[in-house]
Amino acid sequence: MTTGRLARWRLVLGALVSHWMRRPLQLAMLLAGLMLATALWSGVQAVNAEARASYATAADRLGTGALPRLEPAGGQALTTADFVALRRAGWQVSPVVEGRLRNGTARVSLLGIEPVTRLGLTPAANDGGDASAGPGPQADLGAFITPPGQGYATAATARALDGADLRGLAIVIDADAPPNTLIVDVGIAQGLLGMGENLTALVAATAQPPGAPPLDRIAPHLTLSDPQAGSAADPAALTDSFHLNLTAFALLSFIVGLFITQSAVGLAFEQRGGVLRTLRALGVPRAEVLALMAAELAVAALVAGAAGIVLGWAMAAALMPGVAATLSGLYGADVAGSLQLRPGWVLSGLGMALAGTALAGARGLIQTARMPLLAAGMAAPWAQATARGLRLQVIAAGVLVLALPLCLAVGGLVGGFAALACGLLAAALVLPAVLDAVLRLAATRARGVLTGWFVADTRQQLGGLSLALMALMLALAANIGVGTMVGSFRSTFTGWLDQRLSAELYVTARTEDEGRAIRDWLATRADAILPIWNAEASLAGQPGRIYGVADDPTYRDNWPLLAAAPGLWDSLAEGRAVLVNEQLSRRAGLDIGDRIDLPGGALPIAGVYSDYGNPSPQVMMGLDDFGHRFPDAPRLYQAVRVAPDRAGALAAGLADRFDLPASAIVDQSQAKRVSLQIFERTFAVTAALNVLTLAVAGIALLTGLLTLASIRLPQLAPVWAAGIPRRRLARLDLLRTLLLAVATGAFAVPVGLGLAWMLLAVVNVEAFGWRLPMDVSVPLLARLGAASVLTALAAGALPALRLARITPGQLLRVFADER
Amino acid sequence: MNDASPALAEIAHARGIHKTYHTPGGEVPVLRGVDLSVRRGESVAITGESGSGKSTLLHLIGGLDAPDDGALSVLGTDLRAADDTARATLRRNGIGMIFQQFNLIPSLDVRANLGFQARLAGRFDAARAETLARDLGLSALLGRYPEQLSGGQQQRVAIGRALAGNPPLVLADEPTGNLDEATGDAVAQLMLALVRQRGSALVLVTHSARLADLCDRRVHLRAGRLA
Amino acid sequence: MNARRAGLVAALLLAALPGAAQERGFAGLGGDNAGYALPDRARGLTFPRDHGAHEDFRIEWWYLTANLRGEDGRDYGVQWTLFRSALAPEGPLQGWAAPQAWMAHAAATSPDGHHFAERFGRGGIGQAGVTAAPFAAWIDDWQMAAPEGAAGIDRLRVTARGGDFGYDLSATAHGPLVAHGQNGFSVKSASGQASHYYSQPFYDIEGTLALPGGEVKVAGQAWLDREWSSQPLDRSQRGWDWIALHLDDGRKLMAAQVRGDAPFLFGSLIAPDGTVQPLRQGDLMLDAGRGSPPTRWRVRVPGAGIDVTIDAVNPDSGMATSVPYWEGPVTVEGSSRGRGYLEMTGYPAR
Ligand SMILES: Nc1ncnc2c1ncn2[C@@H]1O[C@H](COP(=O)(O)OP(=O)(O)OP(=O)(O)O)[C@@H](O)[C@H]1O
Ligand SMILES: [Mg+2]
Repeated sequence: MTTGRLARWRLVLGALVSHWMRRPLQLAMLLAGLMLATALWSGVQAVNAEARASYATAADRLGTGALPRLEPAGGQALTTADFVALRRAGWQVSPVVEGRLRNGTARVSLLGIEPVTRLGLTPAANDGGDASAGPGPQADLGAFITPPGQGYATAATARALDGADLRGLAIVIDADAPPNTLIVDVGIAQGLLGMGENLTALVAATAQPPGAPPLDRIAPHLTLSDPQAGSAADPAALTDSFHLNLTAFALLSFIVGLFITQSAVGLAFEQRGGVLRTLRALGVPRAEVLALMAAELAVAALVAGAAGIVLGWAMAAALMPGVAATLSGLYGADVAGSLQLRPGWVLSGLGMALAGTALAGARGLIQTARMPLLAAGMAAPWAQATARGLRLQVIAAGVLVLALPLCLAVGGLVGGFAALACGLLAAALVLPAVLDAVLRLAATRARGVLTGWFVADTRQQLGGLSLALMALMLALAANIGVGTMVGSFRSTFTGWLDQRLSAELYVTARTEDEGRAIRDWLATRADAILPIWNAEASLAGQPGRIYGVADDPTYRDNWPLLAAAPGLWDSLAEGRAVLVNEQLSRRAGLDIGDRIDLPGGALPIAGVYSDYGNPSPQVMMGLDDFGHRFPDAPRLYQAVRVAPDRAGALAAGLADRFDLPASAIVDQSQAKRVSLQIFERTFAVTAALNVLTLAVAGIALLTGLLTLASIRLPQLAPVWAAGIPRRRLARLDLLRTLLLAVATGAFAVPVGLGLAWMLLAVVNVEAFGWRLPMDVSVPLLARLGAASVLTALAAGALPALRLARITPGQLLRVFADER
Repeated sequence: MNDASPALAEIAHARGIHKTYHTPGGEVPVLRGVDLSVRRGESVAITGESGSGKSTLLHLIGGLDAPDDGALSVLGTDLRAADDTARATLRRNGIGMIFQQFNLIPSLDVRANLGFQARLAGRFDAARAETLARDLGLSALLGRYPEQLSGGQQQRVAIGRALAGNPPLVLADEPTGNLDEATGDAVAQLMLALVRQRGSALVLVTHSARLADLCDRRVHLRAGRLA
Repeated sequence: MNARRAGLVAALLLAALPGAAQERGFAGLGGDNAGYALPDRARGLTFPRDHGAHEDFRIEWWYLTANLRGEDGRDYGVQWTLFRSALAPEGPLQGWAAPQAWMAHAAATSPDGHHFAERFGRGGIGQAGVTAAPFAAWIDDWQMAAPEGAAGIDRLRVTARGGDFGYDLSATAHGPLVAHGQNGFSVKSASGQASHYYSQPFYDIEGTLALPGGEVKVAGQAWLDREWSSQPLDRSQRGWDWIALHLDDGRKLMAAQVRGDAPFLFGSLIAPDGTVQPLRQGDLMLDAGRGSPPTRWRVRVPGAGIDVTIDAVNPDSGMATSVPYWEGPVTVEGSSRGRGYLEMTGYPAR
């Protein structure tokens, strides 16, 4: 061997790369495709990661959000002695005191924590060993707990407390403190609030050490609340659905991205099949050709991937303010609206670019490896929709469809998503066969010569465009699916909110005495006070809750009933029947007329109501009946009817008079506003992602068309020679692209609706236990139809323009080169 | 392995070569026992009617395809036993191939195409390339790309590419098929000069009796055998 | 969980408990002692008072280690430790305002397993504490206490439970309490840092271990260490190695070194009748084997004819607690045979 291997590699690589130099537009397409796919993926990842991190930060700020809470049943006290008794029994709990401080007109939440036992609730405390180097002031536990103690608060909170009598408490400014909250030691908090030995709650480690005696043996008056279990306006269910929405989009964008990389990389191989052959004929070993080709692809993937990450970053940064605003709406906590560079999604972006390219490249590399050195002809198999290829795709689609119930049988969120992926891929794979069948049908109907040629020519091009059309189909289906899901969610949820939160205010008292005082105070100020008592009970074998409700038009007119027996509200008021929630009805298979076992005797079911966001069973009964059955149930919670324009003032007055914490009063209009804001922002994020997905599909289409344009000249030249002008040919080409896009769009509608159905009826059920009614939006479909036509126009314009401007010489070459 | 070993008089040796193409339409037996020996400094013309298997034989000698049966060694390499790398090495360093369909690299200009194989083999010589380009009448076309050339011009680039590295064996598949008579003659002389000056061997497929007569020896392919 | 998330809570706790990785010597034991009571050579020991907590000292511990043999014939080790850390030199003894933080570690070690747990507690409210008479030391549901009617600490019941293990043991002392150093005044550095330090090394102990594989009945020997101080380490001292051995001839050996710019060695050789011979720099030689931390040591007391090699029963006996260290049972070979416990602190995390 006389030649340096390196020099040879440079030469070969140069020959390979020279292809791109001669066709910079194609290189741009390849890179743009990879880049957009990566951007889409990593952008969604970034938003998702940031949203998750932000939720976690907001919830974990003090470990409160994530930890289960032990609270005293109504009217009873929770004291330091209870805390000690639980600890001495082995329970890993930490005390919490919550209250409000007033300073003139200012109200500041006071949060008392116990840092020593609090840290013990979360494992591996030593991970936080660099705390002294961490943010915030130098902490001093001694100063924190020994009176007068220290209080941690933001500068704004500290200003609000300026001049307040805090018994000498030293305020330490901590920018990371929750807004409008002063954090002190639990003992200091008891003193400041005059609570004696009382505590508000205990937070508990998620996993308790084995062998600790059950709660009812040590502290029967405490109840353990699951942090996931939501009350009516609990945002947890909403944030979860927001996540799910984004996760679904990430998956879809990944699939769309995969298709475009597949088509771009496939092209890179197809077009250079001749060069690869020549290189080998001139003496470059096959292994070297393959390795260099792979290296070239890897570099392209890395370059495009890096650019895609930057683009994804920019996109995510643009979307972030919406997400951040959503979060602050949810938590009332300020979440940083700026994006942090998380190695996780940078790597996942590059990984996606590389993996997608590898997946796509593998096919090309295998074909290149198998490619005979001597080609029989110059036929480009890539552009040929061979009947065998179509059959294979349909078979593959069939296998995927068969795998679908299997995925569903596996169950869980993973199974749901796997089923989703199966269904989408199957739909994408049958698309070319469906289009081919449609064209075959059209061919039998075609009258004129030109129409006949047009149909036949379109059929022939299908192979070359099928990947791009699949990508377009998936993009449209994804948009329809996710759009429908978000829309369904929104309309259902707002409807439900309207029904469920029909009273203007919901007020929770801390003690029965306070409850009575609140009702007395409200008696002259509100239109109606509707007590809502509740008690825990085992319902069909599962822990659930029974509500006693007043007989009132508020319920009669608004309650979200899914099924109702005649005269249901009367029988409820008279204690002859109960209502159950959808979850209980579904799980226990109970329907109207069935009897349900309840403490104090079974009753028939007169109705089923929807109860989104709540995983546990629920029963509603008349207030009188409830009172007989549960004489000890705390009387703390009530709905208040008042003219809507007076609701705000009344809430403020209530909070002021009884010093109620913010969480004790739910203002219906505010709860609705927060919920709706979330959906508006979800919509904004979704819309931006939609545009990008379509852009990716558009690029795929453009790439496919440009490639075809060069391959197709031999087919066009004879038609041109036979007397069809170039402009006409170009118009026909554009028309063909539009027709294909419209057909693809039509195919995408059922696929998208199927996707939405899967998201709502399978994935959502797996994730949250309830199903959403699907709300098909015709304007959404129309919008997306227009979008698909626009995408096709944008992608088809350039190739058509080029065809219109092609020189006769170029067409003539076809005849000259015939060999 | 430059210039093989001078002691090796026999550059290509074929005995009892069989080749059948398997097509969906059935078996196409093409070669049925071809014997051929080419020596250093010798030029051999292969003639035969279209479809008789001339290109097939040339490809076998060039190590582009493998015979079904028979013994075949080229420049000391036993092609029946050689793996892809060994064949590639042989093609790169030992053989200059002029394809019937030219097989130029469309994205490289004429200059780059001309020097490509010589560079691959590490034997590029700028002066030689320049002389060749002039002799082939390509000097004015060096900056053009293959798609901007006529068929005959492309053919001359293919010939130049094969000759630039002064390979010990040149295999030419109808090298003058697209050339007018005068140009064809000039090109033929160029190839024969290489054989004479360097002691290379030339195997040439042609329909042209004029060209065949210029060679030392002429064999005719008929019914899958050489006569 | 990272420091950012744990935020305030972690910052507060870690700054107070021994454990902040700060330039303060190991576990903050080289820190400031302003206002705290200081060990006093003339103080001596008074029982039962000194079994209880000394709130005016900054740091204190009740440290029981036991070498056990299971009915299955295997060697086991058990650790029960309660640390007290004063957050202020003075303050109320009762209520949330009491400036005392407590931390406890429990471990059970077998040749192929090492299980441990950690607890935190606040003083003043009854969650954790120590009373001298009747003796009881406790945190949450863990305790080490004299059974009803028993005086002093001659009889103890020791219990603890973690996520994957637990134990319930009863110990009975067969010898006197042993004061280290001078009447329990034990010097820890050349510049005079010291602690009050006594032990009860003569326990026989038996009971049950609950391990992931099931329950095992065990019996063996235990050693209780009691120590309190306000600044037991010099600022330059980075950690210590502590060894307590039960030799088969009935003698007990405590050998320790505090590692600093130059190691500071001290120890006690305890005769079977409880007579103590204090060992100083020069009386005692400790040679570490390979590894970090080294789980094999050569221990020599030339004046007493002791030249033994100790080996960890389970080299993976690291305590990945908020203050990481190594603590586990060892076997003794050489001039004497026996068993014991090894503790190593202040080695870089592996
Ligand atoms: N890859 C192939 N697959 C199947 N049959 C082939 C293949 N290549 C060549 N043939 C067939 O083998 C026979 C010999 O072909 P070959 O190209 O060797 O002929 P040729 O003598 O070079 O003809 P021409 O003078 O026209 O170039 C022809 O009948 C041809 O159809
Ligand atoms: Mg031929």
